[in-house]
Amino acid sequence: MISTYSHNPLIFLSDCTTYAGRDYMIEIQNLTKEYGRIKAVDNISFNVNKGEILGFLGPNGAGKSTTMNILTGFISSTSGVVKIAGMDILENPVEVKKHIGYLPEHPPLYLDMTVNEYLDFCANLKALPLKKWKSQKKDIMELVKITHVSHRLIKNLSKGYKQRVGLAQALVGSPEVLILDEPTVGLDPKQIIEIRNLIKALGKKHTIILSSHILPEVSAVCDRVIIINKGKIAAIDTPDNLSKTLTDFSRFTVTIEGPENKVRNIISNIHGVKYLETGNKIRDNEYSYIVEADKDKDVRKPLFNQLAQQGFPILELKSLNLSLEDIFLQLTTNEEKEAI
Amino acid sequence: MLAIMKRDFRSYFNSPIAYVLIGLYMLLLGLFFNSLISYGISDIISEFVANMSGLLLLIIPILTMRSMAEDKKNGTEVLLLTSPVRVTEIVLGKYFASFCVFLVMTAASLIFPLIVIIAGKPDIMLIISSYLGYILIGAVYISLGVFASSLTENQIIAAIISLVSIFLIQNIGYLASFFSGFLSKAFLWISILDRYLDFNKGIIDLTSIVFMISYAAVFVFLTVRVIERKRWSQG
Repeated sequence: MISTYSHNPLIFLSDCTTYAGRDYMIEIQNLTKEYGRIKAVDNISFNVNKGEILGFLGPNGAGKSTTMNILTGFISSTSGVVKIAGMDILENPVEVKKHIGYLPEHPPLYLDMTVNEYLDFCANLKALPLKKWKSQKKDIMELVKITHVSHRLIKNLSKGYKQRVGLAQALVGSPEVLILDEPTVGLDPKQIIEIRNLIKALGKKHTIILSSHILPEVSAVCDRVIIINKGKIAAIDTPDNLSKTLTDFSRFTVTIEGPENKVRNIISNIHGVKYLETGNKIRDNEYSYIVEADKDKDVRKPLFNQLAQQGFPILELKSLNLSLEDIFLQLTTNEEKEAI
Repeated sequence: MLAIMKRDFRSYFNSPIAYVLIGLYMLLLGLFFNSLISYGISDIISEFVANMSGLLLLIIPILTMRSMAEDKKNGTEVLLLTSPVRVTEIVLGKYFASFCVFLVMTAASLIFPLIVIIAGKPDIMLIISSYLGYILIGAVYISLGVFASSLTENQIIAAIISLVSIFLIQNIGYLASFFSGFLSKAFLWISILDRYLDFNKGIIDLTSIVFMISYAAVFVFLTVRVIERKRWSQG
Protein backbone atom coordinates (compact mmCIF):
# COMPACT_ATOMS: atom_id res chain seq x y z
CA MET A 1 0.00 0.00 0.00
CA ILE A 2 1.24 3.40 -0.85
CA SER A 3 0.13 5.97 1.58
CA THR A 4 0.56 9.61 0.93
CA TYR A 5 0.55 10.89 4.46
CA SER A 6 0.46 14.56 3.83
CA HIS A 7 -2.48 14.32 1.46
CA ASN A 8 -4.56 11.55 2.89
CA PRO A 9 -4.90 11.30 6.64
CA LEU A 10 -7.15 8.23 6.41
CA ILE A 11 -4.52 6.10 4.78
CA PHE A 12 -2.07 7.30 7.38
CA LEU A 13 -4.37 6.14 10.15
CA SER A 14 -4.87 2.74 8.61
CA ASP A 15 -1.14 2.33 8.30
CA CYS A 16 -0.77 3.12 11.96
CA THR A 17 -3.16 0.43 13.03
CA THR A 18 -1.09 -2.15 11.22
CA TYR A 19 1.57 -1.63 13.83
CA ALA A 20 -0.69 -0.86 16.75
CA GLY A 21 0.12 -2.61 19.97
CA ARG A 22 3.83 -2.89 19.23
CA ASP A 23 6.53 -0.84 20.86
CA TYR A 24 7.86 1.81 18.56
CA MET A 25 11.53 2.59 18.88
CA ILE A 26 11.11 5.88 17.07
CA GLU A 27 7.90 7.89 16.88
CA ILE A 28 7.59 10.98 14.77
CA GLN A 29 4.42 13.04 14.66
CA ASN A 30 3.72 16.05 12.47
CA LEU A 31 7.34 17.05 12.28
CA THR A 32 7.94 20.38 10.57
CA LYS A 33 11.09 22.44 10.13
CA GLU A 34 10.88 25.84 8.55
CA TYR A 35 13.75 27.95 7.32
CA GLY A 36 12.14 31.30 6.81
CA ARG A 37 9.42 30.65 4.24
CA ILE A 38 10.88 27.38 3.07
CA LYS A 39 9.58 24.23 4.67
CA ALA A 40 12.52 21.85 4.68
CA VAL A 41 10.43 19.22 6.42
CA ASP A 42 6.68 19.49 6.06
CA ASN A 43 4.40 17.70 8.51
CA ILE A 44 6.04 14.29 8.46
CA SER A 45 4.78 11.42 10.60
CA PHE A 46 6.04 7.86 10.82
CA ASN A 47 7.03 5.20 13.28
CA VAL A 48 9.90 2.76 13.33
CA ASN A 49 9.67 -0.59 15.05
CA LYS A 50 12.33 -2.18 17.15
CA GLY A 51 14.93 -3.94 15.04
CA GLU A 52 13.70 -2.47 11.79
CA ILE A 53 15.91 -1.03 9.06
CA LEU A 54 14.14 1.94 7.56
CA GLY A 55 15.36 3.53 4.36
CA PHE A 56 15.03 7.21 3.69
CA LEU A 57 15.00 7.85 0.02
CA GLY A 58 14.82 11.12 -1.80
CA PRO A 59 16.55 13.45 -4.22
CA ASN A 60 19.13 15.88 -2.93
CA GLY A 61 17.58 18.59 -0.81
CA ALA A 62 14.43 16.58 -0.11
CA GLY A 63 14.81 16.97 3.64
CA LYS A 64 16.51 13.69 4.53
CA SER A 65 19.44 15.19 6.36
CA THR A 66 17.28 17.81 8.05
CA THR A 67 14.99 15.11 9.41
CA MET A 68 17.97 13.11 10.65
CA ASN A 69 19.50 16.17 12.27
CA ILE A 70 16.26 16.73 14.14
CA LEU A 71 16.03 13.09 15.21
CA THR A 72 19.49 13.25 16.70
CA GLY A 73 18.89 16.55 18.46
CA PHE A 74 21.47 18.47 16.45
CA ILE A 75 18.89 20.99 15.32
CA SER A 76 15.43 21.61 16.68
CA SER A 77 12.15 21.24 14.86
CA THR A 78 9.72 24.11 14.29
CA SER A 79 6.87 21.92 15.47
CA GLY A 80 6.05 18.28 15.97
CA VAL A 81 7.03 15.50 18.31
CA VAL A 82 10.02 13.18 18.17
CA LYS A 83 10.12 10.29 20.62
CA ILE A 84 12.96 7.83 20.84
CA ALA A 85 12.60 4.79 23.09
CA GLY A 86 9.46 6.47 24.44
CA MET A 87 11.21 9.70 25.47
CA ASP A 88 10.66 13.12 23.95
CA ILE A 89 13.85 14.59 22.52
CA LEU A 90 13.00 18.12 23.65
CA GLU A 91 12.04 17.17 27.19
CA ASN A 92 14.88 14.80 27.82
CA PRO A 93 17.68 15.50 25.34
CA VAL A 94 20.65 14.08 27.25
CA GLU A 95 18.86 10.83 28.05
CA VAL A 96 17.58 10.41 24.49
CA LYS A 97 21.02 11.01 23.00
CA LYS A 98 22.36 8.07 24.98
CA HIS A 99 20.20 5.82 22.82
CA ILE A 100 21.36 7.20 19.49
CA GLY A 101 24.44 6.63 17.38
CA TYR A 102 24.69 9.10 14.53
CA LEU A 103 26.79 9.08 11.41
CA PRO A 104 26.19 12.46 9.74
CA GLU A 105 26.70 13.09 6.04
CA HIS A 106 30.28 14.17 6.67
CA PRO A 107 31.80 11.95 9.35
CA PRO A 108 32.63 14.20 12.33
CA LEU A 109 36.29 13.28 12.71
CA TYR A 110 39.11 15.03 14.50
CA LEU A 111 41.83 14.80 11.89
CA ASP A 112 44.65 15.41 14.34
CA MET A 113 43.87 12.31 16.39
CA THR A 114 44.65 8.67 15.79
CA VAL A 115 41.75 6.27 15.33
CA ASN A 116 42.37 4.89 18.82
CA GLU A 117 42.40 8.30 20.48
CA TYR A 118 39.31 9.38 18.58
CA LEU A 119 37.23 6.38 19.57
CA ASP A 120 38.40 6.69 23.18
CA PHE A 121 37.27 10.31 23.10
CA CYS A 122 33.85 9.32 21.77
CA ALA A 123 33.51 6.73 24.53
CA ASN A 124 34.49 9.40 27.05
CA LEU A 125 31.91 11.78 25.62
CA LYS A 126 29.25 9.13 26.02
CA ALA A 127 30.56 8.48 29.53
CA LEU A 128 31.03 4.73 29.04
CA PRO A 129 32.60 2.85 31.93
CA LEU A 130 36.23 2.11 31.06
CA LYS A 131 36.01 -1.67 31.46
CA LYS A 132 32.95 -2.00 29.27
CA TRP A 133 34.53 0.20 26.64
CA LYS A 134 37.79 -1.73 26.49
CA SER A 135 36.06 -4.95 25.52
CA GLN A 136 33.64 -3.19 23.18
CA LYS A 137 36.29 -1.21 21.36
CA LYS A 138 37.98 -4.33 20.06
CA ASP A 139 34.69 -5.70 18.75
CA ILE A 140 33.74 -2.47 17.02
CA MET A 141 37.11 -2.08 15.36
CA GLU A 142 36.98 -5.65 14.09
CA LEU A 143 33.40 -5.22 12.91
CA VAL A 144 34.19 -2.22 10.69
CA LYS A 145 37.67 -3.55 9.91
CA ILE A 146 39.80 -0.71 11.16
CA THR A 147 41.94 -2.62 13.67
CA HIS A 148 45.01 -2.41 11.43
CA VAL A 149 44.78 1.38 11.07
CA SER A 150 44.04 2.08 14.73
CA HIS A 151 47.38 3.80 15.34
CA ARG A 152 47.26 6.04 12.32
CA LEU A 153 46.24 9.68 12.27
CA ILE A 154 42.75 10.07 10.87
CA LYS A 155 43.88 12.76 8.43
CA ASN A 156 46.10 10.20 6.69
CA LEU A 157 43.30 7.72 6.11
CA SER A 158 41.49 7.27 2.80
CA LYS A 159 37.92 8.36 2.35
CA GLY A 160 36.62 4.82 2.77
CA TYR A 161 38.45 4.34 6.03
CA LYS A 162 37.31 7.70 7.33
CA GLN A 163 33.76 6.61 6.63
CA ARG A 164 34.37 3.42 8.60
CA VAL A 165 35.81 5.33 11.52
CA GLY A 166 32.69 7.51 11.40
CA LEU A 167 30.56 4.38 11.51
CA ALA A 168 32.63 3.01 14.39
CA GLN A 169 31.96 6.27 16.21
CA ALA A 170 28.21 5.77 15.80
CA LEU A 171 28.54 2.26 17.23
CA VAL A 172 30.37 3.37 20.38
CA GLY A 173 28.29 2.41 23.37
CA SER A 174 26.14 0.10 21.24
CA PRO A 175 23.15 2.48 21.08
CA GLU A 176 19.74 0.98 20.30
CA VAL A 177 19.09 3.40 17.45
CA LEU A 178 21.52 4.01 14.62
CA ILE A 179 20.96 6.92 12.29
CA LEU A 180 23.16 6.78 9.23
CA ASP A 181 23.15 9.61 6.71
CA GLU A 182 24.31 8.27 3.35
CA PRO A 183 26.68 5.72 4.88
CA THR A 184 28.11 4.48 1.58
CA VAL A 185 28.75 7.77 -0.14
CA GLY A 186 32.25 8.08 -1.57
CA LEU A 187 33.14 4.41 -1.18
CA ASP A 188 34.32 2.07 -3.90
CA PRO A 189 31.96 -0.74 -5.04
CA LYS A 190 33.65 -3.38 -2.89
CA GLN A 191 33.46 -1.23 0.20
CA ILE A 192 29.83 -0.38 -0.54
CA ILE A 193 28.92 -4.08 -0.51
CA GLU A 194 30.86 -4.57 2.72
CA ILE A 195 29.18 -1.67 4.45
CA ARG A 196 25.75 -2.80 3.25
CA ASN A 197 26.31 -6.27 4.64
CA LEU A 198 27.53 -4.72 7.85
CA ILE A 199 24.37 -2.62 8.13
CA LYS A 200 22.23 -5.68 7.51
CA ALA A 201 24.07 -7.52 10.26
CA LEU A 202 23.68 -4.56 12.60
CA GLY A 203 19.96 -4.51 11.88
CA LYS A 204 19.57 -7.69 13.92
CA LYS A 205 20.45 -5.86 17.12
CA HIS A 206 19.76 -2.21 16.38
CA THR A 207 16.99 -0.11 14.98
CA ILE A 208 18.40 1.67 11.96
CA ILE A 209 17.36 4.63 9.87
CA LEU A 210 19.48 5.08 6.83
CA SER A 211 19.27 7.64 4.08
CA SER A 212 20.39 7.39 0.54
CA HIS A 213 19.71 8.64 -2.91
CA ILE A 214 20.96 5.36 -4.32
CA LEU A 215 17.97 3.12 -4.92
CA PRO A 216 19.42 -0.37 -5.19
CA GLU A 217 21.08 0.24 -1.86
CA VAL A 218 17.83 0.95 -0.11
CA SER A 219 16.00 -1.96 -1.71
CA ALA A 220 18.86 -4.30 -0.84
CA VAL A 221 19.18 -3.35 2.80
CA CYS A 222 15.94 -1.97 4.15
CA ASP A 223 12.80 -3.55 5.58
CA ARG A 224 10.75 -0.49 4.78
CA VAL A 225 11.28 2.54 2.61
CA ILE A 226 10.12 6.10 2.94
CA ILE A 227 10.31 8.13 -0.20
CA ILE A 228 10.57 11.77 0.70
CA ASN A 229 10.30 14.66 -1.67
CA LYS A 230 10.24 18.39 -0.96
CA GLY A 231 9.93 17.74 2.73
CA LYS A 232 6.88 15.52 2.40
CA ILE A 233 6.49 11.77 2.50
CA ALA A 234 5.61 10.60 -1.00
CA ALA A 235 5.36 6.91 -0.16
CA ILE A 236 6.08 4.48 2.62
CA ASP A 237 6.11 0.69 2.30
CA THR A 238 8.35 -2.34 1.90
CA PRO A 239 10.51 -2.23 -1.23
CA ASP A 240 8.67 -5.25 -2.68
CA ASN A 241 5.23 -3.78 -2.12
CA LEU A 242 6.30 -0.50 -3.60
CA SER A 243 7.29 -2.25 -6.81
CA LYS A 244 4.13 -4.37 -6.90
CA THR A 245 1.70 -1.55 -6.26
CA LEU A 246 2.94 0.65 -8.98
CA THR A 247 3.22 -2.13 -11.52
CA ASP A 248 -0.41 -2.09 -12.62
CA PHE A 249 0.49 -3.51 -16.03
CA SER A 250 3.04 -6.09 -16.82
CA ARG A 251 5.69 -4.92 -19.18
CA PHE A 252 8.24 -6.83 -21.16
CA THR A 253 10.45 -6.56 -24.18
CA VAL A 254 10.38 -9.22 -26.80
CA THR A 255 12.68 -9.78 -29.77
CA ILE A 256 11.09 -11.41 -32.78
CA GLU A 257 12.33 -12.44 -36.20
CA GLY A 258 9.93 -11.37 -38.94
CA PRO A 259 8.76 -8.31 -40.88
CA GLU A 260 7.90 -5.46 -38.53
CA ASN A 261 4.40 -4.62 -39.80
CA LYS A 262 3.19 -8.21 -39.74
CA VAL A 263 4.54 -8.88 -36.28
CA ARG A 264 3.06 -5.68 -34.95
CA ASN A 265 -0.26 -6.63 -36.40
CA ILE A 266 -0.24 -9.99 -34.63
CA ILE A 267 0.78 -8.59 -31.26
CA SER A 268 -1.68 -5.75 -31.22
CA ASN A 269 -4.53 -8.12 -31.99
CA ILE A 270 -3.84 -10.22 -28.91
CA HIS A 271 -6.51 -9.72 -26.27
CA GLY A 272 -5.12 -7.77 -23.29
CA VAL A 273 -2.28 -5.87 -24.96
CA LYS A 274 -2.54 -2.22 -24.00
CA TYR A 275 0.55 -0.77 -25.57
CA LEU A 276 3.04 -1.72 -28.23
CA GLU A 277 6.16 0.03 -29.31
CA THR A 278 8.87 -1.00 -31.72
CA GLY A 279 12.22 -0.76 -30.05
CA ASN A 280 15.49 -1.35 -31.82
CA LYS A 281 16.13 -2.90 -35.14
CA ILE A 282 18.61 -5.55 -34.18
CA ARG A 283 19.30 -7.11 -37.54
CA ASP A 284 17.54 -7.31 -40.90
CA ASN A 285 14.10 -8.70 -40.23
CA GLU A 286 14.72 -8.80 -36.47
CA TYR A 287 13.19 -6.23 -34.11
CA SER A 288 12.64 -5.78 -30.41
CA TYR A 289 9.23 -4.63 -29.17
CA ILE A 290 8.05 -3.21 -25.87
CA VAL A 291 4.71 -4.67 -24.82
CA GLU A 292 2.46 -3.62 -21.98
CA ALA A 293 -0.55 -5.72 -21.03
CA ASP A 294 -3.31 -5.71 -18.40
CA LYS A 295 -2.03 -6.96 -15.10
CA ASP A 296 -4.48 -9.82 -14.71
CA LYS A 297 -3.82 -11.24 -18.17
CA ASP A 298 -0.72 -13.14 -19.10
CA VAL A 299 -0.33 -12.41 -22.81
CA ARG A 300 2.88 -14.32 -23.24
CA LYS A 301 1.25 -17.66 -24.11
CA PRO A 302 -1.09 -16.35 -26.87
CA LEU A 303 1.81 -14.29 -28.11
CA PHE A 304 3.99 -17.37 -28.45
CA ASN A 305 1.24 -19.49 -30.04
CA GLN A 306 0.19 -16.97 -32.65
CA LEU A 307 3.72 -16.03 -33.63
CA ALA A 308 4.66 -19.68 -33.90
CA GLN A 309 1.66 -20.33 -36.16
CA GLN A 310 2.87 -17.64 -38.52
CA GLY A 311 6.44 -18.87 -38.35
CA PHE A 312 7.94 -15.84 -36.60
CA PRO A 313 10.21 -17.16 -33.81
CA ILE A 314 10.61 -15.38 -30.49
CA LEU A 315 14.31 -14.93 -29.83
CA GLU A 316 14.21 -13.23 -26.46
CA LEU A 317 11.64 -12.20 -23.86
CA LYS A 318 12.55 -10.07 -20.86
CA SER A 319 10.41 -8.64 -18.08
CA LEU A 320 10.44 -4.88 -17.60
CA ASN A 321 8.98 -4.61 -14.13
CA LEU A 322 9.20 -1.22 -12.52
CA SER A 323 12.27 -0.95 -10.39
CA LEU A 324 12.33 1.15 -7.29
CA GLU A 325 14.10 3.67 -9.43
CA ASP A 326 11.12 4.05 -11.76
CA ILE A 327 8.82 4.37 -8.76
CA PHE A 328 11.05 6.95 -7.26
CA LEU A 329 11.11 8.98 -10.43
CA GLN A 330 7.38 8.54 -10.95
CA LEU A 331 6.51 9.68 -7.46
CA THR A 332 8.89 12.58 -7.33
CA THR A 333 8.03 13.88 -10.78
CA ASN A 334 4.29 13.52 -10.18
CA GLU A 335 4.64 15.85 -7.24
CA GLU A 336 6.27 18.36 -9.47
CA LYS A 337 3.37 18.28 -11.91
CA GLU A 338 0.95 18.80 -9.05
CA ALA A 339 2.88 21.80 -7.91
CA ILE A 340 2.65 23.39 -11.32
CA MET B 1 33.18 18.15 30.14
CA LEU B 2 36.51 16.60 31.14
CA ALA B 3 36.61 14.57 27.93
CA ILE B 4 36.28 17.69 25.78
CA MET B 5 38.75 19.61 27.90
CA LYS B 6 41.37 16.87 27.68
CA ARG B 7 40.93 16.46 23.95
CA ASP B 8 41.21 20.16 23.23
CA PHE B 9 44.18 20.61 25.52
CA ARG B 10 46.00 17.75 23.82
CA SER B 11 45.09 19.09 20.42
CA TYR B 12 46.87 22.38 21.22
CA PHE B 13 50.06 20.40 21.75
CA ASN B 14 49.46 18.08 18.78
CA SER B 15 49.67 21.07 16.49
CA PRO B 16 52.44 23.65 16.40
CA ILE B 17 50.13 26.36 17.76
CA ALA B 18 50.91 25.88 21.46
CA TYR B 19 54.66 25.70 20.89
CA VAL B 20 54.74 28.70 18.59
CA LEU B 21 52.64 30.72 21.04
CA ILE B 22 54.71 29.79 24.08
CA GLY B 23 57.94 30.38 22.19
CA LEU B 24 56.84 33.80 20.96
CA TYR B 25 55.52 34.68 24.39
CA MET B 26 58.75 33.74 26.15
CA LEU B 27 60.83 35.61 23.61
CA LEU B 28 58.85 38.83 24.07
CA LEU B 29 58.87 38.42 27.86
CA GLY B 30 62.65 38.01 27.77
CA LEU B 31 62.97 41.28 25.85
CA PHE B 32 60.67 43.07 28.31
CA PHE B 33 62.55 41.68 31.24
CA ASN B 34 65.87 42.68 29.80
CA SER B 35 64.79 46.26 29.19
CA LEU B 36 63.16 46.54 32.64
CA ILE B 37 66.38 45.42 34.28
CA SER B 38 68.51 47.81 32.26
CA TYR B 39 66.23 50.74 33.21
CA GLY B 40 66.59 49.70 36.85
CA ILE B 41 62.92 49.91 37.79
CA SER B 42 62.37 49.14 41.47
CA ASP B 43 59.01 47.26 41.39
CA ILE B 44 60.33 45.17 38.61
CA ILE B 45 57.94 42.22 38.90
CA SER B 46 54.62 44.07 39.05
CA GLU B 47 55.79 46.20 36.13
CA PHE B 48 56.78 43.04 34.32
CA VAL B 49 53.44 41.34 34.95
CA ALA B 50 51.63 44.45 33.73
CA ASN B 51 53.56 44.10 30.47
CA MET B 52 52.60 40.43 30.34
CA SER B 53 48.93 41.28 30.60
CA GLY B 54 49.32 43.82 27.81
CA LEU B 55 50.76 41.06 25.69
CA LEU B 56 47.60 39.00 26.24
CA LEU B 57 45.86 41.28 23.74
CA LEU B 58 47.83 39.43 21.05
CA ILE B 59 48.21 36.04 22.66
CA ILE B 60 44.63 35.25 23.71
CA PRO B 61 42.98 35.78 20.29
CA ILE B 62 45.45 33.32 18.73
CA LEU B 63 44.96 30.90 21.60
CA THR B 64 41.18 30.87 21.46
CA MET B 65 40.43 31.43 17.79
CA ARG B 66 40.05 27.74 17.03
CA SER B 67 38.18 26.66 20.11
CA MET B 68 34.64 26.78 18.70
CA ALA B 69 35.29 27.79 15.09
CA GLU B 70 37.33 24.71 14.22
CA ASP B 71 34.59 22.30 15.31
CA LYS B 72 32.10 24.18 13.24
CA LYS B 73 34.30 24.09 10.17
CA ASN B 74 35.26 20.41 10.45
CA GLY B 75 31.73 19.28 11.24
CA THR B 76 32.82 17.81 14.56
CA GLU B 77 30.31 20.16 16.16
CA VAL B 78 27.69 17.56 15.19
CA LEU B 79 29.51 14.93 17.22
CA LEU B 80 29.59 17.12 20.31
CA LEU B 81 26.02 18.36 20.03
CA THR B 82 24.54 14.91 19.43
CA SER B 83 26.44 13.39 22.35
CA PRO B 84 24.74 13.04 25.70
CA VAL B 85 26.35 16.20 27.09
CA ARG B 86 24.82 19.59 27.73
CA VAL B 87 25.93 22.59 25.70
CA THR B 88 27.19 24.24 28.88
CA GLU B 89 29.52 21.32 29.46
CA ILE B 90 30.83 21.56 25.90
CA VAL B 91 31.58 25.27 26.24
CA LEU B 92 33.15 24.87 29.68
CA GLY B 93 35.30 22.01 28.41
CA LYS B 94 36.56 24.18 25.58
CA TYR B 95 37.03 27.15 27.87
CA PHE B 96 39.10 25.27 30.43
CA ALA B 97 41.23 23.67 27.71
CA SER B 98 42.31 27.15 26.56
CA PHE B 99 42.64 28.27 30.16
CA CYS B 100 44.98 25.37 30.94
CA VAL B 101 47.24 26.24 28.01
CA PHE B 102 47.25 29.77 29.35
CA LEU B 103 48.27 28.41 32.77
CA VAL B 104 51.13 26.47 31.18
CA MET B 105 52.34 29.71 29.58
CA THR B 106 51.99 31.52 32.88
CA ALA B 107 53.99 28.80 34.61
CA ALA B 108 56.74 29.16 32.02
CA SER B 109 56.90 32.89 32.71
CA LEU B 110 57.62 32.23 36.39
CA ILE B 111 61.25 31.86 35.49
CA PHE B 112 61.60 35.66 35.44
CA PRO B 113 60.32 36.30 38.98
CA LEU B 114 62.49 33.39 40.05
CA ILE B 115 65.56 35.19 38.73
CA VAL B 116 64.58 38.27 40.70
CA ILE B 117 64.01 36.23 43.86
CA ILE B 118 67.42 34.61 43.53
CA ALA B 119 69.19 37.85 42.77
CA GLY B 120 67.42 40.16 45.21
CA LYS B 121 64.77 40.52 47.88
CA PRO B 122 61.48 41.36 46.17
CA ASP B 123 58.10 41.58 47.93
CA ILE B 124 56.78 38.00 47.53
CA MET B 125 53.18 39.01 48.32
CA LEU B 126 53.31 41.60 45.55
CA ILE B 127 54.43 38.95 43.07
CA ILE B 128 51.60 36.65 44.16
CA SER B 129 49.01 39.38 43.92
CA SER B 130 50.26 40.53 40.51
CA TYR B 131 50.12 37.00 39.19
CA LEU B 132 46.65 36.44 40.63
CA GLY B 133 45.41 39.54 38.83
CA TYR B 134 47.14 38.37 35.68
CA ILE B 135 45.49 34.95 35.79
CA LEU B 136 42.08 36.50 36.45
CA ILE B 137 42.32 38.96 33.60
CA GLY B 138 43.52 36.12 31.39
CA ALA B 139 40.41 34.16 32.38
CA VAL B 140 38.22 37.07 31.29
CA TYR B 141 40.02 37.53 27.98
CA ILE B 142 39.78 33.81 27.23
CA SER B 143 36.02 33.89 27.78
CA LEU B 144 35.85 36.75 25.27
CA GLY B 145 37.98 34.80 22.81
CA VAL B 146 35.86 31.65 23.12
CA PHE B 147 32.74 33.76 22.65
CA ALA B 148 34.19 35.36 19.51
CA SER B 149 35.13 31.92 18.23
CA SER B 150 31.54 30.74 18.57
CA LEU B 151 30.31 33.52 16.28
CA THR B 152 32.05 32.31 13.14
CA GLU B 153 33.60 29.29 11.55
CA ASN B 154 36.53 31.30 10.26
CA GLN B 155 39.42 31.30 12.72
CA ILE B 156 40.97 34.50 11.38
CA ILE B 157 37.72 36.39 11.80
CA ALA B 158 37.36 34.92 15.28
CA ALA B 159 40.84 36.15 16.16
CA ILE B 160 40.08 39.66 14.87
CA ILE B 161 36.77 39.86 16.75
CA SER B 162 38.40 38.82 20.00
CA LEU B 163 41.33 41.18 19.48
CA VAL B 164 38.98 44.10 18.96
CA SER B 165 36.75 43.17 21.88
CA ILE B 166 39.68 42.63 24.25
CA PHE B 167 41.00 46.02 23.18
CA LEU B 168 37.59 47.60 23.89
CA ILE B 169 37.32 45.94 27.29
CA GLN B 170 40.81 47.14 28.16
CA ASN B 171 40.05 50.72 27.26
CA ILE B 172 36.49 51.06 28.43
CA GLY B 173 37.62 52.94 31.55
CA TYR B 174 39.30 55.47 29.27
CA LEU B 175 35.97 56.00 27.47
CA ALA B 176 34.44 56.99 30.81
CA SER B 177 36.37 60.26 30.79
CA PHE B 178 34.39 61.39 27.72
CA PHE B 179 31.10 61.14 29.57
CA SER B 180 29.73 62.41 32.83
CA GLY B 181 27.16 61.22 35.34
CA PHE B 182 25.55 57.82 34.91
CA LEU B 183 27.35 56.77 31.71
CA SER B 184 30.72 57.57 33.13
CA LYS B 185 29.93 55.60 36.26
CA ALA B 186 28.64 52.67 34.23
CA PHE B 187 31.76 52.57 32.09
CA LEU B 188 33.98 52.75 35.14
CA TRP B 189 31.99 50.01 36.81
CA ILE B 190 32.45 47.55 33.96
CA SER B 191 36.06 48.63 33.45
CA ILE B 192 38.25 45.65 34.08
CA LEU B 193 41.62 47.37 33.93
CA ASP B 194 41.19 49.45 37.09
CA ARG B 195 40.42 46.37 39.12
CA TYR B 196 43.34 44.59 37.55
CA LEU B 197 45.69 47.43 38.50
CA ASP B 198 44.66 47.00 42.15
CA PHE B 199 46.07 43.49 42.06
CA ASN B 200 49.14 44.86 40.43
CA LYS B 201 49.61 47.25 43.35
CA GLY B 202 49.35 44.39 45.81
CA ILE B 203 45.71 44.82 46.80
CA ILE B 204 43.81 41.54 46.83
CA ASP B 205 40.12 42.42 47.01
CA LEU B 206 37.53 39.63 47.16
CA THR B 207 34.93 41.71 45.27
CA SER B 208 37.40 42.15 42.44
CA ILE B 209 38.01 38.42 42.30
CA VAL B 210 34.25 37.78 42.17
CA PHE B 211 33.89 40.53 39.58
CA MET B 212 36.47 39.01 37.25
CA ILE B 213 35.05 35.50 37.57
CA SER B 214 31.53 36.81 36.90
CA TYR B 215 32.85 38.64 33.85
CA ALA B 216 34.19 35.38 32.45
CA ALA B 217 30.99 33.54 33.41
CA VAL B 218 28.86 36.03 31.49
CA PHE B 219 30.76 35.39 28.26
CA VAL B 220 30.73 31.64 28.78
CA PHE B 221 26.97 31.92 29.21
CA LEU B 222 26.67 34.06 26.08
CA THR B 223 28.65 31.45 24.13
CA VAL B 224 26.18 28.78 25.25
CA ARG B 225 23.33 31.01 24.10
CA VAL B 226 24.92 31.55 20.68
CA ILE B 227 25.19 27.80 20.12
CA GLU B 228 21.68 27.12 21.40
CA ARG B 229 20.24 29.90 19.31
CA LYS B 230 21.80 28.51 16.15
CA ARG B 231 20.07 25.18 16.73
CA TRP B 232 16.70 26.86 17.06
CA SER B 233 17.20 29.25 14.18
CA GLN B 234 14.67 29.59 11.41
CA GLY B 235 17.10 30.95 8.86
